[in-house]
Amino acid sequence: MAERILMKGNEAIAEAAIRSGCRHYFGYPITPQTEIAAYMAKKMPKIGGVFLQAESEIASINMVYGAAAAGMRVMTSSSSPGISLKTEGLSYIAGSDVPALVVNVQRGGPGLGGIQPSQSDYFQATKGGGHGDYRMIVLAPASVQEMASLTMKGFDLADKYCVTSMILADGTIGQMMEPITFEDAEPNVYDKPWALTGTECKRPHNVVNSLYLKPDQLEKKNFERFEKYAEIEKNEAMWEEYMMDDAEICVVAFGIASRIAKNAVAEARKAGIKVGLIRPITLWPFPTQALRAAADKVKAFISVELNMGQMIEDVKLATENKRPVTLCNRTGGMIPTPDEVLAAINKAEKGEF
Amino acid sequence: MKTTEILIAGFGGQGILFSGKFLAYKGLLEDLQVSWLPSYGPEMRGGTANCNVILSDTPVGSPIITSPNVLIAMNLPSLEKYVDTVVAGGQIYVDSSLIDAKVEREDVEVFYIPATQMAKDEGISTLANMIIVGHLLENNPELSFDGAAEVVEKLVPPKKAALKELNMKALSLGKNYNK
Repeated sequence: MAERILMKGNEAIAEAAIRSGCRHYFGYPITPQTEIAAYMAKKMPKIGGVFLQAESEIASINMVYGAAAAGMRVMTSSSSPGISLKTEGLSYIAGSDVPALVVNVQRGGPGLGGIQPSQSDYFQATKGGGHGDYRMIVLAPASVQEMASLTMKGFDLADKYCVTSMILADGTIGQMMEPITFEDAEPNVYDKPWALTGTECKRPHNVVNSLYLKPDQLEKKNFERFEKYAEIEKNEAMWEEYMMDDAEICVVAFGIASRIAKNAVAEARKAGIKVGLIRPITLWPFPTQALRAAADKVKAFISVELNMGQMIEDVKLATENKRPVTLCNRTGGMIPTPDEVLAAINKAEKGEF
Repeated sequence: MKTTEILIAGFGGQGILFSGKFLAYKGLLEDLQVSWLPSYGPEMRGGTANCNVILSDTPVGSPIITSPNVLIAMNLPSLEKYVDTVVAGGQIYVDSSLIDAKVEREDVEVFYIPATQMAKDEGISTLANMIIVGHLLENNPELSFDGAAEVVEKLVPPKKAALKELNMKALSLGKNYNK
């Protein structure tokens, strides 16, 4: 087995990106994700890659757009306010169907907010953020190991479907260190016949563009894009189930919230309460099938989130409101304790919604 | 199942995160599951710093410690803030050169170590943290002193090789304190 090393979550993302064949990183510093840029600044020049600190977030996302159009594996990273600045570019990238990886190590908002961990960009990540009809694949790591594995997966999915993959992490997982292993493997390479690589006078020009002035053409393009999204929804949802076999209460949580929820579920199990956890690993596509199946078995859901209640809407949609769904949350950079989650489980057990 | 939750707290600049890193790497060496979580941001700049280290033989759930088994307090505000969160039967390490107060709880083991003074006397004034960690290793056989040199080797960058010996010196001072 490969050696276990200790790494910060942010560094794990950067190392995994390099191992995925990413040689272009464009960014602008912001807490709590700056270690990604620092790692890239140190490593990229040594391996023939590009590290570029742009003049702003907007510049950096447009550099990503350009490198992606040229067929490169490319990424940027930021934290919540910086991602807001990048959303225009995200919409253009989606409208041009080029692949990219974008990391959001979330902090409290809205506005400049704070710098402590948060999950309050769930809506922004899963429902659009930028303008127009589009989707991004959203991956939510819950450990340092997953910061790496989902980064690798994110690059592959982006290339496979020509979409943006977003890693939606938070300050805790970005800053914490855990043991991690990297398996030696060559990165997957995808054909990109659409890429702007120079024709050498041997083929017609490729064009990467998001402008369609004729509405019928734009509609056709959007219909096609949504066929692709339907494929992604069908094939790519990922989730983890923990103690769900005989569960009567289902806790739903992602990222750092799921780690806290797991402690609470284990504690509640000791007291004989039949409770389990569904942890969405992809937030889009949302693991609707898992939630729908659970709705036939359990009597209540508890959505544990570090925001004012955002994923809870998708839990209600997925379960078609067949069972009560309650919210257990902290926000603004505060994190619920396992005891707070346990209290929510105890309430649900007593039928108090 | 054995899980040790260690909370280290003090001022920025006291090596709070470094001592946490040492313990995390020690756990890694013992083949344990490990998490290390620092406070970050403006807190670190001259304010309070703290670090959560969990060592366990099963996967670590939440990396955030609410009830530590072990508290290392390197200043008074940290001791006051966390003293009541330590589980009954837990250990509290107090840098008694910086903290005059005594722990009034009787359900915990308390170790008073004048680490900052000891470090000053030995000319290693930045390594009070490692004196306390040395004492902690001595008191916790499952962590043990063995392998400490290997961890120091890993943590101290080659450019600062001179610090390796000094770190080992600090650890030994802590190990032998009160003997």
